[in-house]
Amino acid sequence: MEVLQLLVSGLANGCVYGLIALGFVLIYKATEAVNFAQGDFMMLGAFVTLGLTNAQYMDLPFWVAAPMAIAIMAVLGYLLDFFVLRHLFGQSQTAVVILTIALGFVIRFIAGAIWGHEPQTLESPLAVGDLRVGGVVLGMADVAVIIVTVLLTLFLYQFFQRTKLGLAMQAASQNQMAAYFMGIPVRRVQGMIWGLSGAVAAVAGILFASKGAIDPNAGLLGIKAFAAAVIGGFGSLPGALAGGLIVGVIEPFAARYLAAGYSQIAPYALLLFVLVFRPHGLFSQVRTKKV
Amino acid sequence: MSALLDIRNATLKFGGVVAVNDLSFTVEEGEVYAIVGPNGAGKSTVFNLISRFYDPFSGAITFDGNNLLDRKADEVADLGIARTFQNIELFEHATVLQNLLVGRHRHRRTTLVEEMLFTPRVRREEKRHREAVEEVIDFLDLQPYRNKMIAGLPYGVRKVVEVGRALATGPRLLLLDEPASGLSVEETQDMRWWIDDIRKQMGITVLMVEHDMGLVSGVSDRVLALADGAKLAEGTPAEVQSDPAVIEAYLGAGAA
Repeated sequence: MEVLQLLVSGLANGCVYGLIALGFVLIYKATEAVNFAQGDFMMLGAFVTLGLTNAQYMDLPFWVAAPMAIAIMAVLGYLLDFFVLRHLFGQSQTAVVILTIALGFVIRFIAGAIWGHEPQTLESPLAVGDLRVGGVVLGMADVAVIIVTVLLTLFLYQFFQRTKLGLAMQAASQNQMAAYFMGIPVRRVQGMIWGLSGAVAAVAGILFASKGAIDPNAGLLGIKAFAAAVIGGFGSLPGALAGGLIVGVIEPFAARYLAAGYSQIAPYALLLFVLVFRPHGLFSQVRTKKV
Repeated sequence: MSALLDIRNATLKFGGVVAVNDLSFTVEEGEVYAIVGPNGAGKSTVFNLISRFYDPFSGAITFDGNNLLDRKADEVADLGIARTFQNIELFEHATVLQNLLVGRHRHRRTTLVEEMLFTPRVRREEKRHREAVEEVIDFLDLQPYRNKMIAGLPYGVRKVVEVGRALATGPRLLLLDEPASGLSVEETQDMRWWIDDIRKQMGITVLMVEHDMGLVSGVSDRVLALADGAKLAEGTPAEVQSDPAVIEAYLGAGAA
């Protein structure tokens, strides 16, 4: 029974990692740049929701605040691309990497200035109570996180499979030049992907904050999500989610069964293994180019 | 009658190198027009000017009365211009069918919300696009490859898929960048019939860059020979092939 409890809380954490990893991969596939501020996007999404719904701030109902926060983060992602990143078009990848790292610092600072550096809890209806199934006690928050992640995944799948915009995003990420000549406005589509990854980050933030307290440094767990994205194979959307789940599940089991000093390194040890034995990741779509 | 595509005094420089030098030519509706010339003559550059990948240094390009220089690369497809690439630029991790469906992007009529809900109207539209794509698949005999990933297909098939994707956009002008390069003798023969049919059955105007003089003289109405970015000769395939300046550019002085 203990195993089941560890598994559920691991899966719930893994969902958050997976959603952040999804943001990494969305942007990487579309623009070949890695957005190291993705974890901080998640943190900002959580704080925006908190600012809208908590009693000491604007005190809006949660079900109004959450969609608003998702929309705000989507617009923010789009504007960030429009005003900042698009001007780096054609610059080296290093410039983009440094820029997004700096962006992470800026977001952390701004969040701290607005909402303070003390940990706060989101007043979320997802966080209430426990679920008892047989002899197992599961946190409602954990169960809610898993359900929301599954729904969001289905929604994204539908979006990429069914809609012309989703198809255009896939096309633009596979071959920019060809996409242009199929009549796809590649740069605008890239901006929309930044918007989409902002929205996904907001969902991840809301879920994360429903499970516990957040502070402006919460975004640093983006590092774990980055490891998850690499384990899953950077460039594969299902891989990112699966990588997140793997990292999430490993953590509580390592904490339970390994010596205290070793449990923290378990996800990174797995990352090393994957890089050595499957350098393209577990679920990679990359094939070696045959010449 | 005014020409479908009109390039007037186009010049393009990369730094000190003149890639296209004061070049003018027109392509009439319904003809097959070929551009030939030695490597580095500027043939592909002309294509990249038309598809708005490069901005000319000076000159004018009009398509069916529209000033092409006002348009961005992604707006060119909307006017009815489609192209293929010398080195094949397909969506590698997608099937043949999906690649052709992307070609239908410009014919999109439904909104994002409708598509998410998969309304009856979206279903009808989807069916219409699928039918258009199936026509192209039948036309190019691509049925065996419909659901195969591009990444695993032989070179010759990819080449045909790229032509198919261009046709799926429903173009008025088709730009073919070296359609026969890398193809076997039989595949080149097939390509020749297809180009013929594209013009005759579909009524699409074709502008192509090609090295294979057999293919060029087989399908083209008119040929333009380029050297160092400038016009060397223009006329029927026979005229251009017997032009002394062309022979000299290809074989060097004294060979004629």
